[in-house]
Amino acid sequence: MGRYVLRRLLQLIPVFLGTTFLIYALVWAIPQDPFAGKCGQRPCDPAYVAEMSDKLNLNDPLLIQYFKYLGNLVTGDFGTTFNGVSVGEQIATSWPITLKMGIIALIIEAVIGIIAGVLTGLRKSGFLDNLVLVSTLFLISLPVFVTGFVLRLYLGPQGFDLMDTSVSSDPTFGELILPGFVLGSLSMAYVARLTRSSIVENRRADYVRTANAKGQPQSRVVGVHLLRNSLIPVITFLGTDLGSLLGGAIVTEGVFNINGIGGLIFRGIQEKEGVMVTGIVTLLVLVYLLMSLLVDLLYAVLDPRIRYE
Amino acid sequence: MEFRTRDGVAKVLNGVSYHVSAGETLAVLGESGSGKSVTAQTIMGILDMPPAFITKGTIKFRGEDLLTKSADERREVRGAGIAMIFQDALSALNPVFTVGFQIEEQLRVRRGMSKADARKRAIELLDQVKIPNAKGRVSDYPHQFSGGMRQRAMIAMSLALDPELLIADEPTTALDVTVQAQIMDLLAEIQKERDMGMILITHDLGVVADVADRISVMYAGRIVEHADVYELFRAPGHPYTESLLESLPRLDLKGQELKTIKGLPPSLTNIPSGCPFHPRCPRAFDRCPTEVPAVHDLGMGRTSRCHIAEEVVARG
Repeated sequence: MGRYVLRRLLQLIPVFLGTTFLIYALVWAIPQDPFAGKCGQRPCDPAYVAEMSDKLNLNDPLLIQYFKYLGNLVTGDFGTTFNGVSVGEQIATSWPITLKMGIIALIIEAVIGIIAGVLTGLRKSGFLDNLVLVSTLFLISLPVFVTGFVLRLYLGPQGFDLMDTSVSSDPTFGELILPGFVLGSLSMAYVARLTRSSIVENRRADYVRTANAKGQPQSRVVGVHLLRNSLIPVITFLGTDLGSLLGGAIVTEGVFNINGIGGLIFRGIQEKEGVMVTGIVTLLVLVYLLMSLLVDLLYAVLDPRIRYE
Repeated sequence: MEFRTRDGVAKVLNGVSYHVSAGETLAVLGESGSGKSVTAQTIMGILDMPPAFITKGTIKFRGEDLLTKSADERREVRGAGIAMIFQDALSALNPVFTVGFQIEEQLRVRRGMSKADARKRAIELLDQVKIPNAKGRVSDYPHQFSGGMRQRAMIAMSLALDPELLIADEPTTALDVTVQAQIMDLLAEIQKERDMGMILITHDLGVVADVADRISVMYAGRIVEHADVYELFRAPGHPYTESLLESLPRLDLKGQELKTIKGLPPSLTNIPSGCPFHPRCPRAFDRCPTEVPAVHDLGMGRTSRCHIAEEVVARG
């Protein structure tokens, strides 16, 4: 196991380098002039261009630029935007908000999705099953911003006034529950369906029959024997989903006016703030890589038939 | 006993009746799809209902009808009163839990034993079924065991609550011939030690001859013949049993073509009229397709569902 973890960690290095280099190249090498439109209608002051080019190492070949950037990253220096704002600081304020929302979304999708999946998997083609099938289809076919706007409108003061849907600049967990729900809604539908089909597939398995023949209480037959086997694919999905949730938070953050990573990256792209974009995307790549490693390790814990040697 | 499916009602069991006493082994013999396993699972109460329906009948255990009991009372009987082992131990054991966990679970959940006591007892049980180095193997997973070992582990698990009756559903079918004999010996030994009743479900006549006291032969969801094991091998009382015995490879008939039973077992949604065996029966005559044969008592506890049962026995 230890060797496997080490090997997997070493494998992360080329993947990390490859993906971040690709992003760096896309952001810096492809646009012709990084200073176009930066100084209003007039072309930028040559002195400013020279200073920034020097700061961003734009005069070096791409590969050298990239490694210099990477070197700064390793020391925790994310660089500054064209206006001299520290990217690191911006990320430091936004990152916890998005992470909090992502975790709330993950918990909501896991809890609701798995419960719905188990209940419907056990009682196939009943009323509940049809209800869940239709409602998950609904969630899957609706774009997230529609779900977000509708919920915000109807639950908030302008609608049925059930809750305060506004989110402050430094949001608490409570404020992020609704946005988290919206963010996780699509995945929640997938989790419910994945769990359902997994339960349906496994509930006729021989080991379930054995557990019944042993006279184990129904709660244990389902909760221990059936669930443990059925959740293997679901856990895999949930693990890799955290990365998608963080990267996909742009829309939800927009709908709820949340000052998170999504907004930051959106503005970064719009204003051609290359330093901002590469910084955040690098962070997201790291999250993806670490989560997929975690999932692979979890896999071996959940299914002892899988052993890494 | 019926299965109500989209293809119609399958009358899976019809007029099946047998009994087992402590220390006795009853073999239930039949082809695939003859209802042997369904009977066993009906006794255990582990069939999904629906699609399964028990239209009428009784299942008596210690003199009490299990069918009149509540679901919880029946569950209490499972494992503790009647235990069951299955054909393919690899799929019948849960792949994600250790063998020890699956044995201990019975002791802890059903008997409220502590974790340490249950572990101790699990090792004892594994030792009883002759698993070498039981202490070391108790925390192994089923896939780390060989086929024979897995079946031994399953037997250990079934013995955890000291059942009075063990139903063994083709316990050796998935195993090598040499291992088959070892498992059968083990079962016979354990049964003797514990004076336990055993229902051995099998399609292997060789296995039956070695361990069974009495045999019930099933065909299309009915018991067609019931006899003491020696009597049955000496003179079968039903043409189906006769054909089964004739289809056994025999050393003294080496070189000759092996006899088979022509045709296929009937679909249970469409059982032939009269005697269900008549389309394949070499002795069928005009009464067979129209009249369901009554149970013929052949004396000494022998019965046969054949119009000409007496004639068949006399010939043997």
